[in-house]
Amino acid sequence: MKLLKNLLKEPAFVFGVCLFSLTILLALLGPLFVKINIGSEYLPYIQPGSEGLALGSDHGGRDMVSMLISGLQNSLYVGFLAGIIATTLGTFLGVYAGFKGGFIDNFINMVTNLFLVIPSFVVLLLISSSLEGGRSLQLIAVIIGFTIWPWTARSVRAQTSSLKSSEHINLARVNGADTFCILTKHILPYLLSYVFMVFIIQVASGILQEASISMLGLGPYDSVSLGIIMNDAMRNEALGDGAWWAFVPASMLITSIVFALYALNTSMEGVFNPALRK
Amino acid sequence: MSIFEAKHLSLHYLTRFGSKVHAAVDISFELEEGEILGIAGESGCGKTTLVSGLSGMCIPPLNYTSGEIFVSGQPLIGRPLEDIRENVLAKEISMIPQGAYNALNPTRKIKDLAMDVLKSHEKGKANKKEMYQRIHNRFELLGLDTDKVLNSYSVQLTPGEKQRSVIGISTLLNPKMVIADEPTSALDVTTQKQVIGVIFDLLEKKVFSTMIFITHELPLLRHVADRIAVMYAGEIVEMGTSEQLVFSPKHPYTQALMSAMLSAEEGARKRKPEAIEGAPPNLAEEIVGCRFAPRCKHATDGCKKNKQEIRIVDNRQVRCENAK
Amino acid sequence: MPNKNVIFEAKDLVKEFGHGKTHNVVLKGLNFEIEDGEIVTIVGGSACGKSVVAKHLLGFMQPTKGELFYKGKKITNQRDHWQTVQPIFQDPFSAFNQFFSIRSQLEDSFKVLYKRPSRAEIKERVDAALLAVNVMPSDLKEKFPFELSGGQMQRMLLARIFALKPQVLIADEATSMVDACVRANILDYLMKLKKELNMTIVFITHDIGLAYYVSDRIFVMHDGGIVEHGTPDEVALHPKSNHTIQLLEDIPDIHKDWIKRKRA
Repeated sequence: MKLLKNLLKEPAFVFGVCLFSLTILLALLGPLFVKINIGSEYLPYIQPGSEGLALGSDHGGRDMVSMLISGLQNSLYVGFLAGIIATTLGTFLGVYAGFKGGFIDNFINMVTNLFLVIPSFVVLLLISSSLEGGRSLQLIAVIIGFTIWPWTARSVRAQTSSLKSSEHINLARVNGADTFCILTKHILPYLLSYVFMVFIIQVASGILQEASISMLGLGPYDSVSLGIIMNDAMRNEALGDGAWWAFVPASMLITSIVFALYALNTSMEGVFNPALRK
Repeated sequence: MSIFEAKHLSLHYLTRFGSKVHAAVDISFELEEGEILGIAGESGCGKTTLVSGLSGMCIPPLNYTSGEIFVSGQPLIGRPLEDIRENVLAKEISMIPQGAYNALNPTRKIKDLAMDVLKSHEKGKANKKEMYQRIHNRFELLGLDTDKVLNSYSVQLTPGEKQRSVIGISTLLNPKMVIADEPTSALDVTTQKQVIGVIFDLLEKKVFSTMIFITHELPLLRHVADRIAVMYAGEIVEMGTSEQLVFSPKHPYTQALMSAMLSAEEGARKRKPEAIEGAPPNLAEEIVGCRFAPRCKHATDGCKKNKQEIRIVDNRQVRCENAK
Repeated sequence: MPNKNVIFEAKDLVKEFGHGKTHNVVLKGLNFEIEDGEIVTIVGGSACGKSVVAKHLLGFMQPTKGELFYKGKKITNQRDHWQTVQPIFQDPFSAFNQFFSIRSQLEDSFKVLYKRPSRAEIKERVDAALLAVNVMPSDLKEKFPFELSGGQMQRMLLARIFALKPQVLIADEATSMVDACVRANILDYLMKLKKELNMTIVFITHDIGLAYYVSDRIFVMHDGGIVEHGTPDEVALHPKSNHTIQLLEDIPDIHKDWIKRKRA
């Protein structure tokens, strides 16, 4: 509780939380207020905003508000799923390798390096292009998650092996703590803010990767995402038509999600790390 | 005229949640040319904070509370950081930070590191050759194998060469004063003696003459400093010549420090070092009365209540109303 | 049969690190015995291998060659070893996990024991240990490591020893980061502890003054070997080895005119 109180004194935290919950609320509660209408009834092409059509329509004659809300839902979903997978996998492997050292470390390192040198985007492309039929949102997210974890693993490993020589680890050992306890109680807390930062980067990179795939026409079938909206706008030269509403709101949403997460991250540093709390 | 003067200088840290930690309070001293002032105190007493404040590098969360600093008669506080970096640091005041001997950039040669110092402070004034010549002369003066050292990377140097190079580079612009912050801590006694040797060598060769030497080891200061100031919880509690402080300390804290010394000499085993209980006060809270009173054997009701001011006792400054 | 009173016995202890270019022999065949109830100090400059000895005594490291016996047996299981042998570390600031309160970490230290006391007894013992190092348990409520000064933290490490009551204490540079008053304070407590438990204490330090004051026997190490050993009076007052003489000479001693002469 004291923690929360301290947190609320942080402008960056309040700002980040507000902005982020706003985007979440928009994704979750949006459908309650706006009738989501994509592809079932077509509107006139590239209409600017007007009454009853707050943000106009795009080149496909679809309502931009509906597009944005469902695009936001899907992008967040992909980003979070990919981020969670990559962070969990990377953190686990990194901490374990860094702490154990020796053969296990070398082996995990080798696997990590293997994944690092294989261009993940190409793998992503190959997998998604070979999955003609069932390319669902989840699958895309899982594929992204499994291709972006090595950086987490690497940096977490480096941090762990430098923490390993800290005297509090030795103290934990002579206190009879086993490996699991040392990893979870004495190493992970020190890395939490770091891992959270990596998580944010990976959520963001999940969102962006998905957008890139979508741009190449290998995105999820019959789902809209923020990336797909921007890609549509680019393909149809919305900029040339002066149809700003086709891409500005979507890019603003992506920016604000990432920005909010970053603001959260910086303010969290002081919470996870009690030394900075005072 | 004194080279350096601090007048009632106070510094505080601003914490994340708006409270102030007064890490250095009411620090006053003057340094004449050629003088070495030692500042002693336990870790956390505000020594390192004071160093940042004295050199003008007051970067938030550290802030000046009040007081003045004069470097060669010029006020230091209030000047923009850029100005201080360019015109005061390395030229007037040079710093030898803690653990400096391992802080040389390993990817560049010593001569490049030395050149950087000159370049950043004398833009466009001298040409490269001239600069190199100056570096060369200085390293010669240090008694180093000049050509070899200048063309080496720091990892190729012996510890002794490294120490000389670091001190040589930081005094390249002939600063009027050097501030050495714990230059010998974390070194074993033999290396420690070496470093002190280098510093004295440079003093003798008139590379610099005035110095503030900060350490928590009082015996070391007795050999190094002309005057010693003892700090406790952000205040200077006693300041006098090294002989005065070491052999006839007046402030109870200095007395306790001195009698807690251990040495390997006849009879030392029988003398029990004096331990003081308790811990220094929390500097974030308001402190009533003498800061040392809760741990002091001689504390009276008076000094527990009254804030202690500097008094002159036996030709030295003491912050204790009962000192005689 | 090894002597009953011998607690630690090292026979040709050799420790090597790395291989190829980085190969480095840190301990070059050490032989020593430490007896029950003794205070022994291992003195030496940096990189003389004294900390490596401490790590061996604590069971953190195994020798490359040679043998180290604890009560006549090799140290095979660390946890068994730590039932009776416990350390105090050098750096009080990084010795505790800053994410948990000191109190909870002190209570956690009982986890190493096979015969763990009940919760109530743990509380009692921690309280008693805190009182023994002159800290009111109520002052420590919910305090985190970063809220204490270095001297106080060092005392918390001591409290841990008071609570666990091991038979052997390995103090690796335990007082090198604190000033003289706190050091005297800590030594006081250690002597109290020793009297109370008849503990064996092994000090590892570069401070021969400290060694002279506290120990029953002193070992002087240099470059991975023991160059001299004996009673404090023998070693500190009548040193035979050049390395010991060097160490003694380099101490900035209050009463010795050391380097200042050079300036005059």
